[in-house]
Amino acid sequence: MRRVRSLASWLGVLPFFGYLLIFLMIPTVVVIVGAFRDNTSFSMSNIRALGDSAVLEALWKSVELSGASALIGAVLGAVLAAVIVAGSPTSFLRRIVTSLAGALAQTGGVALAFAWMATVGLSGTVTTLVQDVFGWNMGNSLWLFDLPGLTLVYCYFQIPLMVIVFLPALDGLKPQWREAAETLGATRWQYLTQVAIPLLRPAFLGSLLLLFANAFAAYATAAALISQGQSILPLMIRAARTSEVVLGQQHLAYAIALEMIVVVAIIMTGYALVVRRSSRWMR
Amino acid sequence: MKRWVRWLILLLFAIYFFGPLVSTFVKSTETSPGHHSLDAWKALVTNDEVFHAIGQSLLLCVTTVLLMLVLLLPTMIWVRLRLPQLSRTIEFLCLLPLTIPALVIVVGINGVYAWVNYFFGYSPWVLTFAYVVLVLPYAYRSLDSALAALDVTTLAEAARSLGAGWFTVIVRVIVPNLGAGILSAAFISVALVLGEYTFASLLNNYQTLPVVIALFGKSNAQVSEAASLATILFAAALLLLLSFASRRSRGRKGV
Repeated sequence: MRRVRSLASWLGVLPFFGYLLIFLMIPTVVVIVGAFRDNTSFSMSNIRALGDSAVLEALWKSVELSGASALIGAVLGAVLAAVIVAGSPTSFLRRIVTSLAGALAQTGGVALAFAWMATVGLSGTVTTLVQDVFGWNMGNSLWLFDLPGLTLVYCYFQIPLMVIVFLPALDGLKPQWREAAETLGATRWQYLTQVAIPLLRPAFLGSLLLLFANAFAAYATAAALISQGQSILPLMIRAARTSEVVLGQQHLAYAIALEMIVVVAIIMTGYALVVRRSSRWMR
Repeated sequence: MKRWVRWLILLLFAIYFFGPLVSTFVKSTETSPGHHSLDAWKALVTNDEVFHAIGQSLLLCVTTVLLMLVLLLPTMIWVRLRLPQLSRTIEFLCLLPLTIPALVIVVGINGVYAWVNYFFGYSPWVLTFAYVVLVLPYAYRSLDSALAALDVTTLAEAARSLGAGWFTVIVRVIVPNLGAGILSAAFISVALVLGEYTFASLLNNYQTLPVVIALFGKSNAQVSEAASLATILFAAALLLLLSFASRRSRGRKGV
């Protein structure tokens, strides 16, 4: 009887597991298996193709873009979060910043690409302004569609994401710790460098990794900004999927996708380890 | 921090964040250099293609939230009540989409979507199935923290001892107590679905709003800019609304 009852309670979670099996597990397995096949049988050719100079270059550019935007985003986002947290948690400023940050970090995507094209694109407002004032056409060099431009645009959703993930850590800094430090005669600077920053370091490091993974996996913004081309890995997947001319490109997409899983999984494992460490303190 | 330093930092951030938004508005109204009109904004309603896309995206928000709640909420409650040994597994599975990028799922999901399209056709709402996976980590976190604040076991035992069935326990006893958590899971899902481009464009070029925005970018950039700005502002307004709703309900419990 007990056995039957427990069996019945397992039935309750069956829909959830079934759903994830179909819409998450099967696609992932298809990618992993597909990376090791050509059109008919087992093959290492796609994995070998990851070593091609074009793919390596795209991987490197993706890493550069993710690293730069994560670093800038984490530092500036932490500064912005620190400025907001100084006010009260229900202050209007904090509500405005967090909700706009949510919209930019979560909805973002294509819309952000257009916002920046309207600003510093070929005939953007700032481009026109600079042209009128300094007589220099900055739109001509097409920097917006290369690494510096992509980094600038990515920061537009990385800084907001940092604000969202780092605010709880800042909220976790108890005022009592500051008071204790002050009672013991610590200066503001000493409190900051010897108490606050060491306490926040794991959370900061964790957020940095999360931001890296976020940028590395991002597709929409880059795809809307760069309609042709395959300078970074996500765009290379698009090119491999949409080109029907070259046979076997579909399988190259599997291999690049597998490469993305591996990179993001490594980063997220690091994130999980760091978060586990920091959650011991931040309660 | 000195007061003026704080305001200076805020001002610089305000320029960086509002600059592009203001530019987008200016460019969306500029028909030719020096000439402005609101035609692009009117097109959001009058242009059939754009209007239809807005409708499809909003419909997707609703279907995704509904399916997410129907799938996730009973499972999470059930695990807390009857299968606590599974809670780590459920958490791991729900957070998994953070590690497997949407782009990767798209690459591998063709076979699954061949069946989805076979059964449900090609209208954009079929994206719901993929979007539920996408919003899972965020929805899970909202619902999990709401559930943690509630003594689910006691509530369930009280209801059961009064003769309630499991369906009544979940739908009429526990769910009504999770208002704020459900609301935040729903709003964050809406914010994500509204801007989702990866699945929509790569699966079958489903005509959702972000896909149409990207499409118009070449022929009629003003409409793209107006729709982009409208999307961001709409999502920000929703999240602002949420911040008031969740604070109020937390305040009521005196936390």
